[in-house]
Amino acid sequence: MVAARETVERVARIGVDQYRYGFETLIESDKAPKGLSEDTVRFISAKKSEPSWMLEWRLQAYRCWLTMTEPTWARVHYPNIDYQGIYYYAAPKPKKQLASIDEIDPEILKTYEKLGIPLREVAILEGVEPPPGGPPSANRKIAIDAVFDSVSVATTFKAELKKAGVIFMPISEAIREHPELVQKYLGTVVPISDNFFARLNSAVFSDGSFVYVPPGVRCPMELSTYFRINERNTGQFERTLIIADKGSHVSYLEGCTAPRRDENQLHAAVVELVALDDAEIKYSTVQNWYPGNSEGKGGIYNFVTKRGDCRGKHSKISWTQVETGSAITWKYPSCILRGDNSSGEFYSIAISNGFQQVDSGTKMFHLGKNTSSRIISKGIAAGKSRNTYRGLVSANRNAAGARNHTTCDSLLIGDKCGAHTVPYVEAKNSSVTFEHEATTSKISEDVLFYCIQRGMSQEEAVSLVVNGFIKEVLQKLPMEFAVEAQKLISISLEGSAG
Amino acid sequence: MPLLEVRNLHVCVEGREILHGLDLTVNAGEVHAIMGPNGSGKSTLSHVITGKPGYQITAGRILFKGEDLLALGPDQRAAKGIFLAFQYPVEIPGVTTMNFLRTALNAQRRARGQSGYSTPHFLKRARTVAKQLNIPQSMLKRGVNVGFSGGEKKRNEILQMALFEPVLCILDEIDSGLDIDALRIVAEGINAMRSPSRSMIVITHYQRLLNYVVPDVVHVMSKGRVVKSGDKQLALELEASGYAQFEDAA
Repeated sequence: MVAARETVERVARIGVDQYRYGFETLIESDKAPKGLSEDTVRFISAKKSEPSWMLEWRLQAYRCWLTMTEPTWARVHYPNIDYQGIYYYAAPKPKKQLASIDEIDPEILKTYEKLGIPLREVAILEGVEPPPGGPPSANRKIAIDAVFDSVSVATTFKAELKKAGVIFMPISEAIREHPELVQKYLGTVVPISDNFFARLNSAVFSDGSFVYVPPGVRCPMELSTYFRINERNTGQFERTLIIADKGSHVSYLEGCTAPRRDENQLHAAVVELVALDDAEIKYSTVQNWYPGNSEGKGGIYNFVTKRGDCRGKHSKISWTQVETGSAITWKYPSCILRGDNSSGEFYSIAISNGFQQVDSGTKMFHLGKNTSSRIISKGIAAGKSRNTYRGLVSANRNAAGARNHTTCDSLLIGDKCGAHTVPYVEAKNSSVTFEHEATTSKISEDVLFYCIQRGMSQEEAVSLVVNGFIKEVLQKLPMEFAVEAQKLISISLEGSAG
Repeated sequence: MPLLEVRNLHVCVEGREILHGLDLTVNAGEVHAIMGPNGSGKSTLSHVITGKPGYQITAGRILFKGEDLLALGPDQRAAKGIFLAFQYPVEIPGVTTMNFLRTALNAQRRARGQSGYSTPHFLKRARTVAKQLNIPQSMLKRGVNVGFSGGEKKRNEILQMALFEPVLCILDEIDSGLDIDALRIVAEGINAMRSPSRSMIVITHYQRLLNYVVPDVVHVMSKGRVVKSGDKQLALELEASGYAQFEDAA
């Protein structure tokens, strides 16, 4: 298996404690004063030359945030976050107004080059078939929006997308250029009065991506955003809003990395998806924020609110995530199945090693008739990590004929880690069919020995077994991401079976 | 020089001695049968030769082509050409047999400094060998041993043996759970691999397998030692009189 070999070679090169993406780019940055106040919110809004309605919206969110305390129900433990010790805005200082990608600070471009963006390799992968209906592999074009610290630095293929009528731009630009769309949809899925971290995000988000796909349009290429936190003591609060108008289709990929740091960094993103009648949104994430070192020091606190609204009938929203990074993950990509016959999907691979803590899952709210949802969650815990699946499936009184099938599998590597499954099921209509299956297993010594007796190294054996375990979900990812994800998974499990 | 030399081997599991000074010499091209009652240490021997973790070697040595085998990791031993057909092959869900075979074969080849097989070359070889063993193509696309019958699992072991072309094959109760037809197919697969440069250790309870795979040497193991060695006649004697006579010899 080529991918496995590469992984093993790469792992040999980098060693246990080296996070591949742990480099820092030295560039001057333009920061807001430390701490959070109405002035910080005003500062950010002014930096972005936002209209007054946007500032008002932010201030409202900020005041909402003040009335709330951090949630504590998740199975994660961490010292109190000092919200006044964080910089809420850090932009790479532009030397002058930028007109094209060529003018971006070469230091930033180098960073993206190191991350392998946008020239991602396409490889044919053993065991991972191309998504049904999609092109087999080939050089598919991917439009990329790169967000560096808090600011979007480059969006590619803008012109080509424009021809198709697709709007893909930093949300800060969309607020200025398409205020009617932003005002119509922003905060309609995750309102400013939502959870603690979503409120915080609404007050201080500085950038993120905006996508609008007009009626009947199938987006001609994959859209992708790469997020990177670079600045020290900086929080990243990106906001993504994707609207698929009637009968449209879009596939969106998101990737995240951060440099290695001893201190913890806060990441509190909000993603809102809106699918109107017969529209489909496929949202894929490969999350590889710095997980902390082998003693559990440092790493990203990832508190993310992702929610999709199947607002129209026969609409569909599909979340696929590969979570390998972050010291703490608190994340529940959800679907509100409002439109009749709408469907939601959640496919997840969550891997934790070292001292990582993952509390992740999904919520499927069945509101419309004959709505359906499918959940496949694969949790892998190694080292001393904690890995919790937390999921809610609910049907309200009008959701006649709603269906859900949940498969929730956990794999343990070693005996110092833990996996937990916390499913909540609520049905207020007697005609619904909700099914839940869960398994927990361990990679046994016998399985490892069988592989090693056939000539594989310990790492190759673990990688092979884990890849088999997650295959069902890996197949849901777009091809390019599947390759990347498979490599990441092997790297993040390095040394876990010793 | 013998291919395999086991001298005065003492092995403990969790502080309890299982093998008490075992000696065994296997020359190139020979097929040795090891027989003996349950708990006599036959499987332990196969595990220690292949390097399974969990066994403490307290005394003795194992030489393979004159080289100290105990200094090598289990994957290195595999790359040297030591193969174990497992008594209980494991299941690996989500990993196709084809993918497993290729990963393993290429890992061995790399360890020997050879280049990995290309996919088409590998597929062709795997299909040819599978056909000889009456293994349907569909089986190669299924998860390793997942949902396989007992006979299919054992045939899958022989398939791997044929594909990897090892120098020393250890077959641990390859005949258990096989009906007479499956036994014949498996035995044919084994016989097809006999060659002057390849040796085999066939571990079994029953004489039945040895009607098909005729051994050069038969050893009787009891209580962690080889208590008697002889030619194929010894297996027939055992069949007639049982193992009881050797309980005291140990």
